[in-house]
Amino acid sequence: MTTGSLLDDLYREILLDHYRQPRNHNPLDAPTCSADGSNPLCGDQVRIEVSVAGDRIVGISFSGRGCSISQASTSMMTEYVKGRSAEDARKGIDAFQQMMVTAESPGIEGFDDIEALIGVAKFPARVKCASLGWKTLEQALAGEGGAVTTDERSVEHA
Amino acid sequence: MTLTAQNSGNSASNARLPYDINRIRRDFPILKRDIGGVPLVYLDNAATSQKPVQVIAELTRFYRDHNANVHRGVHTLSVEATELYEGARSKIAAFIGASDPHEIIFTRGTTESINLVAHSWGRKHLQAGDEVVVSEIEHHSNIVPWQMLRDERGIVLKYIPMLPDGTLDLQVARSLIGPKTKLLSITAMSNALGTIVPLQELIPLAKAQGALVLVDGAQSVPHMAVDVQALGIDFLAFSGHKMLGPTGIGVLWGRMPVLESMDPFMGGGDMILNVTMEQSTWADVPAKFEAGTPNIADAIGLGAAVDYLSALGMDEVRRHEIEITDYALRRLGDVPGVTIFGPMDAQQRGGVVSFELEGVHPHDVGQVLDTKGVAIRTGHHCAQPVMAALDVPATARASFYIYNTTAEVDALASALEAASAFFGVRA
Ligand SMILES: Cc1ncc(COP(=O)(O)O)c(C=O)c1O
Repeated sequence: MTTGSLLDDLYREILLDHYRQPRNHNPLDAPTCSADGSNPLCGDQVRIEVSVAGDRIVGISFSGRGCSISQASTSMMTEYVKGRSAEDARKGIDAFQQMMVTAESPGIEGFDDIEALIGVAKFPARVKCASLGWKTLEQALAGEGGAVTTDERSVEHA
Repeated sequence: MTLTAQNSGNSASNARLPYDINRIRRDFPILKRDIGGVPLVYLDNAATSQKPVQVIAELTRFYRDHNANVHRGVHTLSVEATELYEGARSKIAAFIGASDPHEIIFTRGTTESINLVAHSWGRKHLQAGDEVVVSEIEHHSNIVPWQMLRDERGIVLKYIPMLPDGTLDLQVARSLIGPKTKLLSITAMSNALGTIVPLQELIPLAKAQGALVLVDGAQSVPHMAVDVQALGIDFLAFSGHKMLGPTGIGVLWGRMPVLESMDPFMGGGDMILNVTMEQSTWADVPAKFEAGTPNIADAIGLGAAVDYLSALGMDEVRRHEIEITDYALRRLGDVPGVTIFGPMDAQQRGGVVSFELEGVHPHDVGQVLDTKGVAIRTGHHCAQPVMAALDVPATARASFYIYNTTAEVDALASALEAASAFFGVRA
């Protein structure tokens, strides 16, 4: 595989688009739940705010800083869950995690753009970047607030 | 039979060859590797260095021809292994200017060496209210052991702050180091920024207060001449794997009277004089601190690494690194969007260049560079206080060693330009 195609596989155009122009990046007026996520190893941080009415996610926003993969994946996640039921959102979270393990399309509705992240599965060091926003959403929906990290083994040697 | 390392560059009287980078590079088989079809450009030397054939051969030779446990047998192999192991200790003592090889304690690395001091010296000699002074630019391994001791014993931990240019605030250091200071524990060179710490100014401040001084030499011993007696310090900690040696071996040097005043680190075989069912008495230094079967082969490998560096000459090593760092500071400074952290004078910095590329997260920088064969470090470099002071989540870091060339710096610079273009930050 050539250098170019290897990179193109990881950084698909749709991913770069979300990185440059993140969606749902404005804070909510009155979120009903929120959570903070971090990945200390590379310094990724996201904060997710959610508005749930009944069982429906009527509003979601994220903020934070980090690598293109963590930020783009989170941006795509917000587009996916907005307007869905919390139940569907949880199914999406499971499908995403599954996709990071199998590197295969989970074949669920609404995942077309998100499948651009399949290439990440081939880069084990980046899977936790891609998963950060999804895990943080899971935490927010569980109503636990607080903080999550995708990098429990926060080890680094310099 | 006397056993010495076969590469035997250990004699200072050997006429020194001119610094021949091509000859040096030929000694490192890994430098011939390609990464996905492009040549490897290895610029992560502050994390760990590559190993020359001389060190690899020495490890193989030990396991093939001399392998046995040390200090325990009358049989020939055990005697040979002991001779090689103790021979490595002597080489390392000479390398850092220690007068007595028994002052060299083999550990797993810098981290273990500092923990040994915190445990065996700190627990013995420090009381609540006693102060340990470190700096804001320390590696976590020179912060966390002292925080643990603080929480256990109530000692006070103080930090010499970093100035915006990555150097230490000596003004504050003067007022921080006082009568309650019992230990100044300080890095000789920051692994995150490359800052060379002015030890010759700080050590007298501690000494004037009767405090001991520990120097974290993880980044200095591999890259410049270090002489523990000239420095007038009490402890020096460093790692073999950052100086051409194997992983899993490192050194704590300590002044003999200080080492003798300390309690053991771990209990077990080899560190005792006498054991009854009721109690034990300790062996002499260094055995007192080397419980259990030591890392024999890797200690001998480290001896071979020291021979290699001695043959090059540490002044030549430093000269080469100043040259390459100076080139890198200028070359990377010219790449649009690059911000370099730390002192801008190569005389004041080791072969480490930490930087940020506008609009591209360090992790993405590292990923793009990897596809060009360029290996750098991204992250917090185990120095989160430095990242906090710079107000960045992470940096990208290139770090150099004896075998790096200006052409490799050029490869880094053009890979950075490619990364900017790829992420569309700059057209
Ligand atoms: C300045 C400094 N101190 C301490 C260490 C810890 O060394 P080790 O991980 O070999 O114990 C390192 C490198 O990791 C370092 O760069």
